[in-house]
Amino acid sequence: MSMDLDDCLALPGFFSVNGSKSTEDCNDVNEDSCPCIKNILLLDSEGNRVAVKYYSDEWPTNSAKEAFEKALFSKTQKTNARTEAEIAMFENHIIVYKFVQDLHFFVTGAEGENELILVIVLQGFFDAVGLLLRGNVDKKEALENLDLILLCLDEIVDGGVILETDANAIAGKVASHSVDAAAPLSEQTISQALATAREHLARSLLK
Amino acid sequence: MAQPLVKKDDDRDDEADYSPFLGIEKGAVLQEARVFNDPQLDPRRCSQVITKLLYLLNQGETFTKVEATEVFFAVTKLFQSKDIGLRRMVYVMIKELSPSADEVIIVTSSLMKDMTSKTDMYRANAIRVLCRITDGTLLTQIERYLKQAIVDKNPVVASAALVSGIHLLQTNPEIVKRWSNEVQEAVQSRAALVQFHALALLHQIRQNDRLAVNKLVSSLTKGSVRSPLAQCLLIRYTSQVIRESANTQAGDRPFYDFLEGCLRHKAEMVIFEAARAITELNGVTTRELTPAITVLQLFLSSSKPVLRFAAVRTLNKVAMTHPMAVTNCNIDMESLISDQNRSIATLAITTLLKTGNESSVDRLMKQITNFMSDIADEFKIVVVEAIRSLCLKFPLKHRSLMNFLSNILREEGGFDYKKAIVDSIVILIRDIPEAKETGLLHLCEFIEDCEFTYLSTQILHFLGIEGPKTSDPSKYIRYIYNRVHLENATVRAAAVSTLAKFGAMVDTLKPRIFVLLRRCLFDNDDEVRDRATLYLNTLGGDGAVVQTGEDVKEFLFGSLDIPLVNLENSLKNYEPSEESFDIYSVPREVKTQPLAEKKAPGKKPTGLGAPPAGPPSTVDAYEKLLSSIPEFANFGKLFKSSAPVELTEAETEYAVNVVKHIFDGHVVFQYNCTNTIPEQLLENVTVIVDASEAEEFAEVASKPLRSLPYDSPGQTFVAFEKPEGIPAVGKFSNMLRFIVKEVDPSTGEAEDDGVEDEYQLEELEVVAADYILKVGVSNFRNAWESMGADCERIDEYGLGPRESLAEAVNAVIDLLGMQPCEGTEVVPNNSRSHTCLLSGVYIGNVKVLVRLQFGLDGPKDVAMKLAVRSEDEAVSDAIHEIVASG
Repeated sequence: MSMDLDDCLALPGFFSVNGSKSTEDCNDVNEDSCPCIKNILLLDSEGNRVAVKYYSDEWPTNSAKEAFEKALFSKTQKTNARTEAEIAMFENHIIVYKFVQDLHFFVTGAEGENELILVIVLQGFFDAVGLLLRGNVDKKEALENLDLILLCLDEIVDGGVILETDANAIAGKVASHSVDAAAPLSEQTISQALATAREHLARSLLK
Repeated sequence: MAQPLVKKDDDRDDEADYSPFLGIEKGAVLQEARVFNDPQLDPRRCSQVITKLLYLLNQGETFTKVEATEVFFAVTKLFQSKDIGLRRMVYVMIKELSPSADEVIIVTSSLMKDMTSKTDMYRANAIRVLCRITDGTLLTQIERYLKQAIVDKNPVVASAALVSGIHLLQTNPEIVKRWSNEVQEAVQSRAALVQFHALALLHQIRQNDRLAVNKLVSSLTKGSVRSPLAQCLLIRYTSQVIRESANTQAGDRPFYDFLEGCLRHKAEMVIFEAARAITELNGVTTRELTPAITVLQLFLSSSKPVLRFAAVRTLNKVAMTHPMAVTNCNIDMESLISDQNRSIATLAITTLLKTGNESSVDRLMKQITNFMSDIADEFKIVVVEAIRSLCLKFPLKHRSLMNFLSNILREEGGFDYKKAIVDSIVILIRDIPEAKETGLLHLCEFIEDCEFTYLSTQILHFLGIEGPKTSDPSKYIRYIYNRVHLENATVRAAAVSTLAKFGAMVDTLKPRIFVLLRRCLFDNDDEVRDRATLYLNTLGGDGAVVQTGEDVKEFLFGSLDIPLVNLENSLKNYEPSEESFDIYSVPREVKTQPLAEKKAPGKKPTGLGAPPAGPPSTVDAYEKLLSSIPEFANFGKLFKSSAPVELTEAETEYAVNVVKHIFDGHVVFQYNCTNTIPEQLLENVTVIVDASEAEEFAEVASKPLRSLPYDSPGQTFVAFEKPEGIPAVGKFSNMLRFIVKEVDPSTGEAEDDGVEDEYQLEELEVVAADYILKVGVSNFRNAWESMGADCERIDEYGLGPRESLAEAVNAVIDLLGMQPCEGTEVVPNNSRSHTCLLSGVYIGNVKVLVRLQFGLDGPKDVAMKLAVRSEDEAVSDAIHEIVASG
């Protein structure tokens, strides 16, 4: 009898032939047509969170998210993703990532996603953070300016849909809001200036 | 807030571990949030507190309902501040808190004010926040502003409205659909991202209207789409249109020129999207593939890992269907074997294994050997599977490939990896006769030093089947008997069974085997001793060398054709009594696993609207249920119970589905009814069945349901007599009849008087597939050959135009109601032909095997060759009749 070998022994779906199988992944975006980001992660050099944002409910609980981050971190930490963005297949996701100093940037998409779309999102995030932190991109700076990082995430992706990928535009939108707050000290109210001074004093005393 | 939260002081720089959030505590931060209520707001301080709150949420901290509400109300106070930076943080905070409907009202007016503000940033963000937290009722109020925003001059505002539209389309499609004029205008926007968002939304609005999508694609592919992302979308929509368009005559594929043109786009993202789309075209020709392969080949030598990965992953897929088209890239692929990124290297290797020709195998294997030592197990498994396929493709190369497998079998590795290797060797032994003896010896050597009990027992079992058929079975005995000395009880017991098989099959070995088995009688494990005793007695180990009878062999080593789950259930239900357990009473139906529903969890609350869990539906639960009803007790053994068939639309007053129970001379319909009206109690529920379109059936009994309260399912039954052993078919119409009583919802008490009422149900059919049990076979080829061609019936059928090959295959499987074997129900993408193997048991306990060969005949017409083998000619003919009349 003539059994069609290719039919019977097609490789199991590690690299699935049909990339569009995970349609329901992003909560409300039809992935077959619109590129969809599942999460953006910014971790430190030990795999701890600096800032993360999930757009897909594939990870329903915090522990599921943490497990994903931990596994992803340990899988990628030995790779050299400092000059060029790197890429990995992991638990049926495509993940692109880039490291600088003690910060690890990740962007996750569906298995069938166009890798190059994911990478422009990563690059947009990475460069925008660089601009906002004025080149001092490390964990300490990032935590001290966490508000900027969070606004940056908010400007890049909305509910899984790519909002903006140009780093200058993203950083511009985040920074433009702070024109007022960045006003020179003379324009701050007396009480604000006092509050700032008091805070500094308190911190230096506590050390 | 360009300034850091806390001004950075020089003296703190040396402190590496410093974090502004060190020692942060939820309680303290919630206390701090009181500053939001200050009459004199300090925007900087408030921003800092919000950042702290967001930090806590980001770290996985959760707020209780009370805490969240408190924070939310405090945050709403901050709308008073005019500080732009603070407002921005407020927006983010509100989204994170995802307030409940009654809380949303508090911020609605503030957000609506921001939505009409002159500041672009306010408008854009207020739209995003409002659309994220709003429900349908509010949406109609703000719809006007949203429509304006879509065509706003500021691209950020337009994008915000469009992206919100994409999200809202899922929950309020009828509202968003009214915006298509504005969205269409936005598609023409000069701003790249507005165009992208508008195109995505417009397509989603129209996606069910093929003609409209077609028009959209034809007009846009002519014009110029500015944004690369929008261009990628357009490529996706174009491939959809190509996929759905009916005419597939070779040569002029519509829009192919557009896809090919995109290969020359300046953005890599677009080039790749187009190349991938071309490779995934249905029935793509080599001529169409070539330009796509050429650009992918260029990507292979890119300095960017992501590009290399994307290209090699796509080529890997192409190699599955068009290996020849990829051979041009082989040289670039080979250099990728040493790629830093192991995913790329693995993909390159497996692609090469698919495209390689016979002469390149040896060279390739040398490269792979070096490569294997430094990749993770998961990649190794992929390589092992690729090598297995390669070996089946080039059986002459089995020696070097088998050697490779046995070498990696000896190296370190986890269970899954070792199992993949063992499975591969087993398959090669089965399919390549020349590889058998070396393969078996490799396995024997492996179990000498194998840490996985599961693999040892599997291999021992396999040795027992294949070993005795080799030219010199005696050489395996030593390996097997060593297990009896050195291993744990499970492996020892398996080894005893294997020894016994050699003894039963090879008469010359018998005396020696008996000696070995007798030694096993002193083992310290019960199971091992029991097995040895059983085999010695049944095989005649009392010294005399006797011919072992066929029935003894069948008894000891015959395959168990009963699903183990069913056997386990039957044994659990068996109560020790005079009557011994009868293995033939175990149902043979393979219970299909209920498909795990892939609904996005948490999307819609499943309250009372959700269908209540049905009554237990396993085969023996049915059997128990039916035998407990005196009217049906004398119908004999239950042959098959169908899956529930819905007789009502979803969300009607009464939900009814039916299960068909087939007996030899009877059919019982079990109607599962659910009353979904809280104000009603139904009594004396029956189903009136009209069998005028089912001539061979005669109603014999009916069992009404006494009472059916709200939301607790109950069953009523109707039984029919039919000619014994004959697969009679027919159509039945059903009417639910009952007495309805009003229920006071507050007390739950029913009124005394009821009214008789009827409710029309849908029709029900008994079809031929109801008389076939899904019973799988483990090795179809063996079963097919041992069945023989005596009662074989072959014929060809034209199935007419079909949506796809896969659809045709599934239709025939459903029609026959048989068990697909060896995963052949899955049709690979783009294939033009397919073979599907089915097995089942026909009423009267007749085994049936079916081989279906499908082929595409012309663009959509599917032709099928049906070969049936069974133990009875009449049954083979009956199967053909089912297909012919189906």
